[in-house]
Amino acid sequence: MDNNLSYKNIEKKAKTRNLILKILTYTMLGIWAVMVLFPFYWMFLTSVKNYGSYNAEYIPKFFTLSPTLENYSDAFTAVPLGRYFVNTLIFTVVTTVLMLLVITFAAYAFARLKFKGKDLLFTLFLALMMIPNELVVITNFQTITNWDMRNSFLGLILPSITSVFYIYLLKENFEQVPDELYYAAKVDGTSDIKYLFRVMIPICRPTLVTVGILKVIECWNSYVWPRLITDDSAYFLVSNGIQEIRENGFGRENIPAMMAAVVVISVPLILLFLIFRKKIMEGVSRGGTKG
Amino acid sequence: MKVVLKHLTKQFPGPNKKTPGTIAVNDFDFEIPDGKLVGLLGPSGCGKSTTLNLISGLETPTSGQVFFGDDDMTKVPVENRGVGLVFQNYALYPHLTVEENIIFPLQNLKGEQKLTKEQMKEKALEVAKLVQIEKYMERKPKALSGGQQQRVAIARALVKMPKVLLLDEPLSNLDARLRLQTREELRRIQKETGITTIFVTHDQEEAMSICDLMVVMKAGIVNQIGRPQDIYDDPINLFVAQFLGTPPINVFTGRVENGKVIVNGDDVFDAPGVPDQDIYLAVRPEGFIPNGTRFRYMRERREIMGRDVSIIFTHENALNPNNRAIVSAEENIPEQPGEAFFDLKPAKTFLFSRETEERIRF
Amino acid sequence: MKNSNLKPWLYLLPAIIFLVLFMVYPLVDVFIYSAEEEYNSASQTYSGIGTYNFSYVLHAPFFLQALKNTFILVIITVPLSTGIALLISLGLNSITKLKDFFQTTFFLPYVTNTLAVGLVFMILFKKTAYSEGMINLLINAFGGKSVDFIDGPYWAKMFVLCFYTIWIVLPFKILILTSALASVNQDYYNAAKVDGTGRFRIFTKITLPMISPMLFYLVITGFIGAFKAYSDSVALFGTDLNAAGMNTIVGYVYDMLYGDSGGYPSYASAAAVILFAIVLTITCINLMVSKKHVHYT
Repeated sequence: MDNNLSYKNIEKKAKTRNLILKILTYTMLGIWAVMVLFPFYWMFLTSVKNYGSYNAEYIPKFFTLSPTLENYSDAFTAVPLGRYFVNTLIFTVVTTVLMLLVITFAAYAFARLKFKGKDLLFTLFLALMMIPNELVVITNFQTITNWDMRNSFLGLILPSITSVFYIYLLKENFEQVPDELYYAAKVDGTSDIKYLFRVMIPICRPTLVTVGILKVIECWNSYVWPRLITDDSAYFLVSNGIQEIRENGFGRENIPAMMAAVVVISVPLILLFLIFRKKIMEGVSRGGTKG
Repeated sequence: MKVVLKHLTKQFPGPNKKTPGTIAVNDFDFEIPDGKLVGLLGPSGCGKSTTLNLISGLETPTSGQVFFGDDDMTKVPVENRGVGLVFQNYALYPHLTVEENIIFPLQNLKGEQKLTKEQMKEKALEVAKLVQIEKYMERKPKALSGGQQQRVAIARALVKMPKVLLLDEPLSNLDARLRLQTREELRRIQKETGITTIFVTHDQEEAMSICDLMVVMKAGIVNQIGRPQDIYDDPINLFVAQFLGTPPINVFTGRVENGKVIVNGDDVFDAPGVPDQDIYLAVRPEGFIPNGTRFRYMRERREIMGRDVSIIFTHENALNPNNRAIVSAEENIPEQPGEAFFDLKPAKTFLFSRETEERIRF
Repeated sequence: MKNSNLKPWLYLLPAIIFLVLFMVYPLVDVFIYSAEEEYNSASQTYSGIGTYNFSYVLHAPFFLQALKNTFILVIITVPLSTGIALLISLGLNSITKLKDFFQTTFFLPYVTNTLAVGLVFMILFKKTAYSEGMINLLINAFGGKSVDFIDGPYWAKMFVLCFYTIWIVLPFKILILTSALASVNQDYYNAAKVDGTGRFRIFTKITLPMISPMLFYLVITGFIGAFKAYSDSVALFGTDLNAAGMNTIVGYVYDMLYGDSGGYPSYASAAAVILFAIVLTITCINLMVSKKHVHYT
């Protein structure tokens, strides 16, 4: 039947079109995946290449026949990479913990407690979110200098503690805990603080964890502020430490060792990401959509 | 355009490789005649929406075929089938006005079927008048009431002169008053356009009132197909008998012995030629003759409804605690509770095998 | 009563202290600095109030170079990264196999240290006397001539910077867009298919309008973020950006603050205020454009 023929035609066309689209899609995704993964591969590969053989390669090789770990030992010995690592660890952990404390109390106050001027204050907080960091850094630099906190952990940590954004996220989460729980607790004679620690925090733990992880990522990768206020390498973090190595250390000559350093720096976060993947992506997505 | 389903089956994949998925549509094999208003009726989960999706092409069958007329449409993609579909939630494009929503399908016509802007507007206006929505052409969907939105959805489905019009639970989102009104609208529109129309519903009253043909389903299996009155008068099994009819049919457990139906020791009904077995006895509310001699019951109360009187009663073997008989107001029904007897009208009384729930005919 | 009014404020106190100290006060301060002329940080004196700082900055060659670089970066990376993110998100949304793998991979750059990975990019793109570099290998394979992307011509450096920037910002955009695409009610697509709509038309008439709020959000934040570019450039070209000619506005601000010239908070503030003004203007323009094109449900 004529009609049937044209339908068969349509079926066929649709099938091939779907197939072509699928192939194109996977190809495109595949290409980008390679573009994302290749630098990491290269980073790792170079870090295990023998120094001599690396420099001898006029045309870079995709593999190495004699992988070595000596670059890693170089990285730790020639420059105080270990020190940078420890500094970053201290900075990250302390800042994150302090931040979690500060924002938990603040979010709790906004979400649960009643007081005069609450709405006004929160609006002000929100307005602060609009202030770009770059403006603020200038004065903070002066402030920290004046307090003589350059090259110190306090100087690194203090300005980095608060973020209105996380207060906002946490407040939203706190607000979703039903009022009835609070009233029931009150009737049982629970104080506000107890309620916070016994009920709110456990219920909202996922958000706290997500916020914590996001802050950890932020601290670990922080560059500008440490760069600005530390010039004593004993206080360098990994990011400005890396920069230092690149320019004054063996950066120019010993690329494999540099790469070893880079791998060491990147691995903790990558591991963190692989473990908490869903949480991190959810957190960023929520944060993005709330913006 | 008639629609023919040939051994159509749809099985959804299970949660893992070991557990098989549900069979939503199980070997449907029937024909929907051209130009009729057909209802797919059944409780939730019976597969009616899936059937609709199979006809429209939004789902592909696991096996079997779908024909429009003589053309095998089974593998033809959705966009080429030429069906109109009215979604349960209308799916009106929120960012377009009513007119733009209706014109949308027309803008997809290609080649020789392509229309000019004026022609499209004309057609849109025509179909808008058909559903009586022409006053709201400039509005956006969120500024319309539920009933109005639905009419826009119908207009959009009709504007491209589909071969088949499909409606998914068209009345369930409307309030009671609107439901009655819209029901009639649907019937009127279908008669005027003459398009084969298939709609899905779980409300038997709705289906009964406007369908030319009804397909009653349960758990993916077609139970009975026929005209509403036919199915009502001649149900093929207990499920169909119970599903149709408001107020619902009254069901009692009993037994056939020696050609007589025995319920709770009483000989209530004659069933000549029926082999001895356990049965369900089902009687329509209008099937009870009061002041009878055989069917013993316990009257709880009566409800006077002007034209009729309802007798609410209990019975030891009843499946339901409350049973209802509807009789003429001219009958003398005492007010106080008490024991009494009915006789049963044969046309309104059905026997079903206790084991298979199938109808016992005699 | 008094007790209960005091307690919340106690809870808020730490947050308020930090915010005021490190956000509110600096904000006000920066504006003051930018207006104070010839501020000397050693003696903490200034000569007068005026626009001298601004005119100085606006005539400084390093600032103008940084301005140019930043603008080019913005114009190239924002549309490109949003477009590529959209394509990739559409692709991701349409597949089932390997979706998880791709999503995880694509998000990787977000958690990595820009400085660290920038180094790798530098190595890949750089051509030295000893080695062609990975990218040049590719170019040669296609028959092109080798280019030093790190120390070579301006367009090459700009190219790497744009490429790296896009590489860094893509994860966030892909994430936002995939969730936006997933949130579009499938019924709309079904209705369009039943109406016989072709793929492309579905995309332009339904998908795009439905995700336009998110798309728009990405454009706005994309512009704002791109104007603040700094560490990406440092990662590629080193801390002396002026020497490489690849400084950005923010880089100039920091240079004025700390760099070789050391301690000119006034100039830094002026530059920062200019940046702020630019960003504000662009955001306002974006908002006005959005009123017309973005559909909010």
